[in-house]
Amino acid sequence: MKLIFTTTGTDWDSKMDPRFGRTQFFFVYDEESDKIQTYDNTAIENEAHGAGPKTAQKLSEFDAQVLITGNGPGGNAAAVLQTTGTEIYVGAGEMTVREAYEAYRSGALKKFGGV
Amino acid sequence: MKVAIASGKGGTGKTTLSTNLARFMAESEPVVLVDLDVEEPNSGLFVAGELFHDEPKYKMIPVWESETCSLCGNCQEVCNFNAILKMGDRIMIFPELCHGCYACSELCPTASLPMQQKPMGELKHLRSGALDFVESRLMISEEQAVPLIHQTLRYVDESFSPEVVKILDSPPGTSCPVIEATRGADLVILVTEPTPFGLHDLKLAVDTVRRLGKEFVVVLNRYGIGDDQVEQYCAAEGIHLAARIPNQRRIAETYAAGKLLYREIPEVAEATDAIASLIHAHAAGGS
Repeated sequence: MKLIFTTTGTDWDSKMDPRFGRTQFFFVYDEESDKIQTYDNTAIENEAHGAGPKTAQKLSEFDAQVLITGNGPGGNAAAVLQTTGTEIYVGAGEMTVREAYEAYRSGALKKFGGV
Repeated sequence: MKVAIASGKGGTGKTTLSTNLARFMAESEPVVLVDLDVEEPNSGLFVAGELFHDEPKYKMIPVWESETCSLCGNCQEVCNFNAILKMGDRIMIFPELCHGCYACSELCPTASLPMQQKPMGELKHLRSGALDFVESRLMISEEQAVPLIHQTLRYVDESFSPEVVKILDSPPGTSCPVIEATRGADLVILVTEPTPFGLHDLKLAVDTVRRLGKEFVVVLNRYGIGDDQVEQYCAAEGIHLAARIPNQRRIAETYAAGKLLYREIPEVAEATDAIASLIHAHAAGGS
């Protein structure tokens, strides 16, 4: 399983970024290969409009099955994520990446209901 | 002659001044009052009249024609607002983000993005004596005020001669809707209040109208509360303080009852008269 976290940094102890569209980083974890990949999304600050769908489009390039985030995407971003079938889990905004992963594994995160 | 009533800070008295000024001036000449705060128009609460005209307003958005599309992705490259995205083998359009600029449509190599009307609001034109009142109202869930403000001003330009006085009740703030509402004005009246918040936002508003190259004056509402920082600022910047409207409980009560103020409150009549004279002087070529 490949998971994507919205984060404020690039390692397991980084704080999560509760925002989806304007998240600072993606932290991509591939469970099979135990490999980590990060993506710097900070350029999104220059987008006055449509940060959500833009970030969702970027996210789709990583082919992850699961997104773990804080507040959850807005309607436009959710519509984009729906086309890729990404499962979304929310409520991890105040955790570290490690805690968020553990919370996901133990079923403590809420599944995002969609648009 | 277009006079925009703007503010920076919300709730300083734009609508109060606009409606009183328009009604006052309409006692002796034709006046058009235009409510351009299309996200929450409220001048209509104070001016009644007979409906003369109303029409739905539309913005133009692209529609994707999948049969002819080559999925080149040019549309998402040219869109400044992320309103159109290529996701795999489909093109997604986000109508609320679209500014209707036609770029994706015009630059589509296979002409697969024709533009189509989308309802965004309604324009109403009422008449009462020498006062014409035009207001537009954005539909719920629409987030682009600028196209509706633009079309409302075009209606006003097409319906009235240039020399008629038009009072433009503008949106608060200093972002795109305010720019659209004030860019064609001959004079901008900035309404503020004598508080730190009022001063802070006045400075932003002054910076905005200066960049637009507009002539402007300041009206100080709720005079008597707060401090004298706004007056000191205006004096230091050489900004003309056109009138002071006092802070009075009776004003709030009259306003809350949906009544115009100048007929009941002498200080407001005096301020309104002074501003009307300033507008006439400006129209005559002075400033």
